[in-house]
Amino acid sequence: MGVLVGRDTRLIVQGITGREGGFHADQMLAYGTNVVAGVTPGRGGTSANGVPVFDSVHRAVDHRGANTSIIFVPPAFAADAICEAADAGIGLVICITEGIPTLDVVRTLRFLEERGTRLIGPNCPGVMTPGEAKVGIMPADIFTSGEVGVVSRSGTLTYEVVNLLTEAGLGVSTCVGIGGDPIIGTTFTDVLDLFREDSGTRAVILIGEIGGSDEEMAAAAIAAGYPKPVVAFVSGRSAPPGKRMGHAGAIISGNTGTPQGKVRAFVDAGVYVGDTLDDVVGRVGDVIGPSG
Amino acid sequence: MKLHEFQAKQVFAASGIPTPRGEVVSVASEARAAAERLGRVVIKAQVLVGGRGKAGGIKLAGSPREAQAHAEAMLGKPLKGLTVDRVLVEEALDIRREYYLSVTVDRTCKRVVMMASSRGGMDIEEMAAEDPADIVKLTIDPAYGPMDFQLRELVEQAHFEPSAGRAIGAIARQIYAIMLASDASLVEINPLVVTGSGAVLAADAKFDVDDNALFRQKELAQFREASEDDPIEAEAHRRGATYVRLDGDIGIIGNGAGLVMTTLDLVTRAGGRPANFLDIGGGAQADSVREAIEIVLMDPQVKGILFNVFGGITRGDEVAKGILAGTQALDIRVPIVVRMAGTRAEEGRKLLEGTKLVPATRPVEAAEKIIALARG
Repeated sequence: MGVLVGRDTRLIVQGITGREGGFHADQMLAYGTNVVAGVTPGRGGTSANGVPVFDSVHRAVDHRGANTSIIFVPPAFAADAICEAADAGIGLVICITEGIPTLDVVRTLRFLEERGTRLIGPNCPGVMTPGEAKVGIMPADIFTSGEVGVVSRSGTLTYEVVNLLTEAGLGVSTCVGIGGDPIIGTTFTDVLDLFREDSGTRAVILIGEIGGSDEEMAAAAIAAGYPKPVVAFVSGRSAPPGKRMGHAGAIISGNTGTPQGKVRAFVDAGVYVGDTLDDVVGRVGDVIGPSG
Repeated sequence: MKLHEFQAKQVFAASGIPTPRGEVVSVASEARAAAERLGRVVIKAQVLVGGRGKAGGIKLAGSPREAQAHAEAMLGKPLKGLTVDRVLVEEALDIRREYYLSVTVDRTCKRVVMMASSRGGMDIEEMAAEDPADIVKLTIDPAYGPMDFQLRELVEQAHFEPSAGRAIGAIARQIYAIMLASDASLVEINPLVVTGSGAVLAADAKFDVDDNALFRQKELAQFREASEDDPIEAEAHRRGATYVRLDGDIGIIGNGAGLVMTTLDLVTRAGGRPANFLDIGGGAQADSVREAIEIVLMDPQVKGILFNVFGGITRGDEVAKGILAGTQALDIRVPIVVRMAGTRAEEGRKLLEGTKLVPATRPVEAAEKIIALARG
């Protein structure tokens, strides 16, 4: 079970002939992900990592059939690559690339809206359903399969919490990195909706950070009635206002995006907010028991 | 990246948005000369902080002599913590009305939003808190841009002077075009002034450029050096590091923005004060570790360094080797605690035993260790 990616994923790797794309295509194949094709304009007819390479996503889809794409294309060209995947009928695009200009993402999401394609990211570690499919760059070794859904704006912080879950004998249903950029395709609220319907997910860990109001909106959605326990964490509680903390989206501007506002919104919604990731995992263990 | 007011106004003028006549000077006597050319002027400190007026950074000068005196009082002096290197000497306007107009990227609706208000001259955030109904918003469809009828409605709903409507509509269209052309994340005119004779001018300007787009905004990127306030941050960015200077004494280095942010939180929670944020990105190669330590130690306040790294695809033992190689090449006189987790973290910690580096397992323990060592 799990959401977004699984055994039925047929994956295209856009930018497979690049250093990152090639390396992670290998890692995903080694995990057992069904990588059906690679795409690099001008490299059609060759193969990479034992996978056929096509000049365009349209051709890759025509020849191999695919429902998901992962993007390792450099920032200047990544928005175009996402749109190309959507135009070829790919329903789920996961964009790893960091540093895409924000207005490119705004335009891209408009294009995707018309075609009914979901974007995860950009600037995210990807999505993984342990035991089924890894569509991303996360280290597979630390994951075990289980019933905790994880959704996060941060990469390494996600790995930290997954590692702690594994140490605690808990496993993950699906782990979704939504990305650290100011404009992203899929928000906390969207992923909570997916986990709501997933019978394989019994509890959700939500890892937020300063900047924007995605956490506040997730809290409002939970307050309106959510059937599963959610445990939250908010990163950047000591960050000064006006400073961009690594992620393009992690910035307190004026009175929006503050950690206090986010923590308060969760607490008001009845969501436990851990002071450390150990607290978060401990709480999840209490809620669903060690067998989860 | 933020532009100074005078830089933003250069962009405006080039796009046909009327701005007051003005000159930028860095010597007080030049302010006098400029005032002789311009007549009655306003002296405006060029620093990248809000609330300049209240802090004494905007002064009206009735005579060239007064212009020089005001410039002298500002130049080389701190304003809200930043040194004033330049002042803008600008013709004083005969103000009839002050309005607000901006375009910004709205994270929630994932679109560009244009905002207008007839209550100009006020901080938009204060305005939003006090009277949100006074701010009119137009969400712009990126496929079409703002349409003429939408801009007419905006002007009407914001209660702008009908006689100025056409000019304001044209400026609204221009700031959206500027936003797209220069990859701005914010273009704000506050106040947008209607003068006694009915002319409409951008009397002040805020302009933020998306850092992610600087690769294709070469002209604007040139403004960067001039705008950077902290010398260590400037040097770190020149070297391509993701570094933010803070005001404490514990240097923080880690892989991944979220992890580094959380490390700052843990050190703060344990009673310490972080000196910086530094993200070395995926894994930990010897070169990036060395570079990171060099940057952190440029800050003379740093009394200890905490590494927090997660061994993921780059395994813990490889990370440890990178940190050892990176630190061995340097003469380091402050204690370093290395907290490692993830794949092969135990092997990594073993490699650090017997070296000057102090290994740690849990983040809280690591934070406590470095605080104690930095104090000792």
